[in-house]
Amino acid sequence: MAVATPAKTMTNVEAVRSTLYDALKRDDRIVILGEDVGNRGNVFLITKGFIDEFGPERIIDTPIAEASIVGIAIGMAMEGLRPIAEIQFADFIYPAFNQIVGEAAKTRYRSNGEYTCPLVIRTPYGGGVRGALSHSVSIEALFYHVPGLTILAPSTPRDIKGLLNAAIEANDPVLFLEHKRTYRLIKDEVPDEYYTVPIGKANVSKVGHQLTVVSYGLYAHQALDAAHRLEEEDHSVEVIDLRSIRPMDRSTILESVRKTRKLLIVHEDNKFGGIGAEISAMVAEEALFDLDAPIRRLCGPDVPAMGYALPLEEEFMISTERMVDAMREMVTF
Amino acid sequence: MAKTMTSAAPGKLERHGLTDEQLRAIFRNMLMQRQLDNRGFQLNRQGKIPFALGSEGHEAIQAGAAMAFDRGKDVLAPYYRDLGLALGIGFTPLEVMLSLFARAADHNGGRQFPNHYSSRRIGMMSFSSILAAQIPHAVGAAYAIKYRKEAGRAVLVTFGEGTTSEGEWHESLNFAAVHALPIVFLCENNQWAISTPVDKQMGQPEVWKRGAGYGMPAERFDGFDPLATYDVVRRAMERARSCGGPTLVEGMCYRFLSHSTDDDDRTYRTKEEVDRNRQHDPVPRFERVLVENAIMTAADVDSMKKDVLRETNAATDEAEALPYAPPSELYTNVYEGAYEPWQ
Ligand SMILES: Cc1ncc(C[n+]2csc(CCOP(=O)(O)OP(=O)(O)O)c2C)c(N)n1
Repeated sequence: MAVATPAKTMTNVEAVRSTLYDALKRDDRIVILGEDVGNRGNVFLITKGFIDEFGPERIIDTPIAEASIVGIAIGMAMEGLRPIAEIQFADFIYPAFNQIVGEAAKTRYRSNGEYTCPLVIRTPYGGGVRGALSHSVSIEALFYHVPGLTILAPSTPRDIKGLLNAAIEANDPVLFLEHKRTYRLIKDEVPDEYYTVPIGKANVSKVGHQLTVVSYGLYAHQALDAAHRLEEEDHSVEVIDLRSIRPMDRSTILESVRKTRKLLIVHEDNKFGGIGAEISAMVAEEALFDLDAPIRRLCGPDVPAMGYALPLEEEFMISTERMVDAMREMVTF
Repeated sequence: MAKTMTSAAPGKLERHGLTDEQLRAIFRNMLMQRQLDNRGFQLNRQGKIPFALGSEGHEAIQAGAAMAFDRGKDVLAPYYRDLGLALGIGFTPLEVMLSLFARAADHNGGRQFPNHYSSRRIGMMSFSSILAAQIPHAVGAAYAIKYRKEAGRAVLVTFGEGTTSEGEWHESLNFAAVHALPIVFLCENNQWAISTPVDKQMGQPEVWKRGAGYGMPAERFDGFDPLATYDVVRRAMERARSCGGPTLVEGMCYRFLSHSTDDDDRTYRTKEEVDRNRQHDPVPRFERVLVENAIMTAADVDSMKKDVLRETNAATDEAEALPYAPPSELYTNVYEGAYEPWQ
């Protein structure tokens, strides 16, 4: 990736940390609240040392009470602060469902714009880290049904910085999903300067003409690897990293599908009612007669969760091999 | 079964530093609540509006608490039964009628149920129908006030006793106590949560006693007495404004009407119980206090009642004549800026 301005190489987790740090420096309306974000500096050490530099009034170690972590952040936002709430693991977000879906997403709407809720809720999600049933879930499909919410799931350090900045700038609530497995796995150059990546724009991470693959999060990387492998077999696959789940970039998806005439959707969250279901329906409604093959979804299995034991985790996760196989089947269909 | 409210005999005036003019303002607020409540139920029976909800029995607690609110400074996070609090901090009868008629000029453009008042102008936060959901919002607002070191400001948040069973209620008091936030939690205990009496809602029937569990001062008072209410809420708000931390206060009152126009209380409580409580109706009771203490004459009371009716009629007519929001308004204020719904 060519970078014109000075840049640093960093991992995904470092990108989250440095973007939060710059935000705290820039704007004293920003406070961070969550479990263990202060003294310990978050379980992944994302906010390590922040409490010493910015003080306990801005880096708030909350009681273990997710509904009120989000609820209090909503009140702060309604009264002029710019809170960034953390849910320690996405699996623990369920107690806050009411506050996110019933309250944050509807504050602007129900008050007809008199009150707004500029709030970022960050949370690590996803599997492949031996996180067992309750430290591995994907939660995006539980929330993407909700107008008023913005849901971001960037996969690279560059996009993390740009989209986290955009989320912080936004005057509406944003659910910001960070795939745990990518935290230290993914490394890339990140420009030093302040920038935002537009919310609602997907990234075409590889151009191709025989098949469109739509993914996000950890699998955006594996899908790209798989596409490169097919390149060696002389197959040309286009890869789209959604980055933004709601709003979704329908025009980038449709344009690509109309060109390649085939669509594969890959995500870790289970298939039934997942993000892929909506994309498939949208493409079927808008571009059915442009397709040369049935739409295919390669998704997490329809079970309650991945297991802790290695074979139970591996069975749930989709290997790059399986992506290669699915792509090969589709390009040769 | 819920008990009858017992309260001190009227007559004696403890004015707690309130001027005659303030005492009359409290009474006028109580009369206005009663009148607007009546109007809401009438309009519903006339088939003009699909829903109304009254606060009869809450007049004293709300008019008294509103007097302890510092307009232009404090923040109110109300719930749906707070007509009198809204009026007492500057919401107008016309604004109430716009909410009842769900007109375009209503603060939320007719999106919400009636009685879900909010107004940035007077510091009254927007809330949903989800019980207890507004309580952490109030705590967040109190945090913002403390964070910005705005001494002299406080948040007043209200709820029925039924709402105190929700987890968010507990979480909010706990957090407010940890951070010594400038907030007062006011429980309007009308002894019924729709059809569920207090003894089915909680093992310890005195909500205020839970304050000790959070490490915050707490007090219970006669919520049929606006001046006792004022005294307790004012002291709690003063403590909050001067960085003394949160307080839990509980006013005892009674819900005279059904929960709403969609409820029929005869299916779960006796007429005798309601009548017993009606004997302590705070509106005639406060009227007697004012007249016996020569704050108002019977003629003054009479002309105030007429005036309140006139204002209610005018507000009703004005709101009714105004238009609904056009259907296109369904699509606005989903996010900031233009919004293209997925289709
Ligand atoms: C979360 C939630 N659960 C249930 C309801 C339905 N509901 C509306 S009002 C009410 C009773 C509330 O009682 P209380 O808090 O004592 O207030 P009151 O109406 O008596 O003033 C119930 C159960 C709701 N609105 N929200």
